[in-house]
Amino acid sequence: MNFVSEFSVNDFLYMLKGLGNSIILTLWAVFFGTILGVIFGFIRSATGTLLNFIMGSILDIFRSVPLLIQLILINAFSSILKLGYSPFQISCIVLAVYASAFVSETVRSGILSVPLPFRRSARSLGLSYFQTLRKIVFPLALRVSFPTWVGVTLGVFKDTSLVLWIGIIELLKSSQIIITRTQEPLLILTFAGILYFIVSFCFTRVANQVEKKWEKYEL
Amino acid sequence: MINIIDVHKSFGKLEILKGIDMEVEKNKVHSILGASGSGKSTLLQCINGLESIQRGKILVDDVEVGNKSTNLNSLRTKIGIVFQQFNVFPHLTTLENVTLALKTVLKKSKKEAEAIAVEQLESIGLGDKVSVYPSKLSGGQQQRLAIARALAMSPSYMLFDEITSALDPMLVGEVLDALRNLKSDGMTMMIVTHEIRFAREVSDKISFLHEGKVLESGMPNDIIDNPNETETIKFLERSLK
Amino acid sequence: MDYTFHWYPAFKLLPKMLIGSITTIEIAFLSILFGIIIAAVLALAKNSSNKIYSSIASTWIEVSRNTPALYQIYMAYFGLGAFGIYVGSFGALLIGITFNNAGYLAETFRGGLRAIPNTQMKTARSLGMNFFQSFMYIIFPQLLRIVFHSVTNQTVWAILMTSLGVIVGMNTDLMGVTNELNSLSFRTFEYFSLAAILYYLITKLFLGSAHLLSLKLFRY
Repeated sequence: MNFVSEFSVNDFLYMLKGLGNSIILTLWAVFFGTILGVIFGFIRSATGTLLNFIMGSILDIFRSVPLLIQLILINAFSSILKLGYSPFQISCIVLAVYASAFVSETVRSGILSVPLPFRRSARSLGLSYFQTLRKIVFPLALRVSFPTWVGVTLGVFKDTSLVLWIGIIELLKSSQIIITRTQEPLLILTFAGILYFIVSFCFTRVANQVEKKWEKYEL
Repeated sequence: MINIIDVHKSFGKLEILKGIDMEVEKNKVHSILGASGSGKSTLLQCINGLESIQRGKILVDDVEVGNKSTNLNSLRTKIGIVFQQFNVFPHLTTLENVTLALKTVLKKSKKEAEAIAVEQLESIGLGDKVSVYPSKLSGGQQQRLAIARALAMSPSYMLFDEITSALDPMLVGEVLDALRNLKSDGMTMMIVTHEIRFAREVSDKISFLHEGKVLESGMPNDIIDNPNETETIKFLERSLK
Repeated sequence: MDYTFHWYPAFKLLPKMLIGSITTIEIAFLSILFGIIIAAVLALAKNSSNKIYSSIASTWIEVSRNTPALYQIYMAYFGLGAFGIYVGSFGALLIGITFNNAGYLAETFRGGLRAIPNTQMKTARSLGMNFFQSFMYIIFPQLLRIVFHSVTNQTVWAILMTSLGVIVGMNTDLMGVTNELNSLSFRTFEYFSLAAILYYLITKLFLGSAHLLSLKLFRY
């Protein structure tokens, strides 16, 4: 009896559903990760050496340990403490913290890249510390950090492929399931690759448009 | 002998050399003067094949440079060229800068190569800078290193492309001295330069290039003291101010 | 909380994990070595005027940067099978990571090449050296210094990416060993915490060595 069946439209929809999961996960993770990253980055740019060093070292841990292990550890931790988080929530948390480590670094260097004279002129004109921050520093820092942030977001999107390990059916897992049934690895993986590529490409295009709009204000 | 026959060279639509004829005889010094954009550097770079020509011929010791069957790499060992921007190799010491081509192109042994290199560096006044990296050398020293590096290959011809233009005026003298020594050793040289007085002093022949053509050519005294063409006069007036 | 942490069994398995670490380092370094060589070729190919070479290079670079590393490993493991080439988990992991490294480093190399004045090549050729010699002795060493930081970063990525091998069945690298031991006794948290520490140490040791190496190599 032949258990291998053909690749059908249903399968394609199944893959799209997996892709949808990847995208939703990415959106949540990047949302929280960016907020956290901005906070951490700002703190790191404004504090003295000791706090900076400690924060930096802790955030560095998330970039020096494989993401897969982070997922496994938090998953295990959650079941030990009987927290009952779903795999989706765990993936979100882990990816968000992971992303925040990278975002904090780029926010920090973005803020530090704003030349001191700019801030000085603003303060001399009477703007308060926070006004200077909002109107002068952040916009300029944003310009500098944006390309890296785009890279981090794309990275998170690609890293969602790892969450299959803790049971979420994202694009790659759904592909694998179909491959097992249809025995057409090349065809399906090529589709999956194209899907990843399209999402990546579109996002990069939009990001480029945004950057172009900002270029108008270039000095 | 170097024969340059009706050479035309364009970059895309822009024609830089519009029919150059020139002869450089053995053991003679031939200087080329002209304004920026007249094609002087391009001409030199056509002689060793770095730039290709669209029309005409360049012969070095009767070997045609543009000919597809010519082994450019071995031809280039006969022609030494020194550029305006020194172009020393920053990641190699002074000695290594000189020995590299000796070992890889002329296949000399390490001992031989180093002996030749040391000799060249000493005669150009860099004997004590042998293990130093170029970043620690002054502009004039780097340019002399570039000269020593080219000379070490025992070329029959030396081409100099405005080698003092990028130097501090203080450092120009030591480089020009090196060239004077080369001349007294009998080296055949083509010198593109803005140093008019120097050209007059060392050259056997001077050509004035204007807008891609040789406008005037002759003995240094004739060209510089008694120029015929208006453009030559204008150029000399501006340069000798 | 009625789970008691049992750290002692985890430490007893340290030797096995250390041996696994050796495989991890092996794969990472091989993938970077091959990755650098391929990246240099890709960079030159993409810059060349030959449309075929530059398209192939561009495709490789774009695919490696816009698809997940795990996807690339899957392609090597499942996809090559369609051509009759069965590489096993070690092979797939190595090929996947190398493919990834090559694509990322190619762009780094291209940037680095742009930073080297073309007069360096001109001068080398003027001395009679052929293209290969000029590239090997003049361009590549300077390129290496410019891209050194990026290459060390990519190596760190490679070390961490080896952990993905477990998904296609690797059981001899640090992750694979840890995973297998875990399936025997389910001390997930302790075992993987230890593995995390090992990865961290490997990464930091590597970065330290790379820094020392750069001090020695780039004395000019």
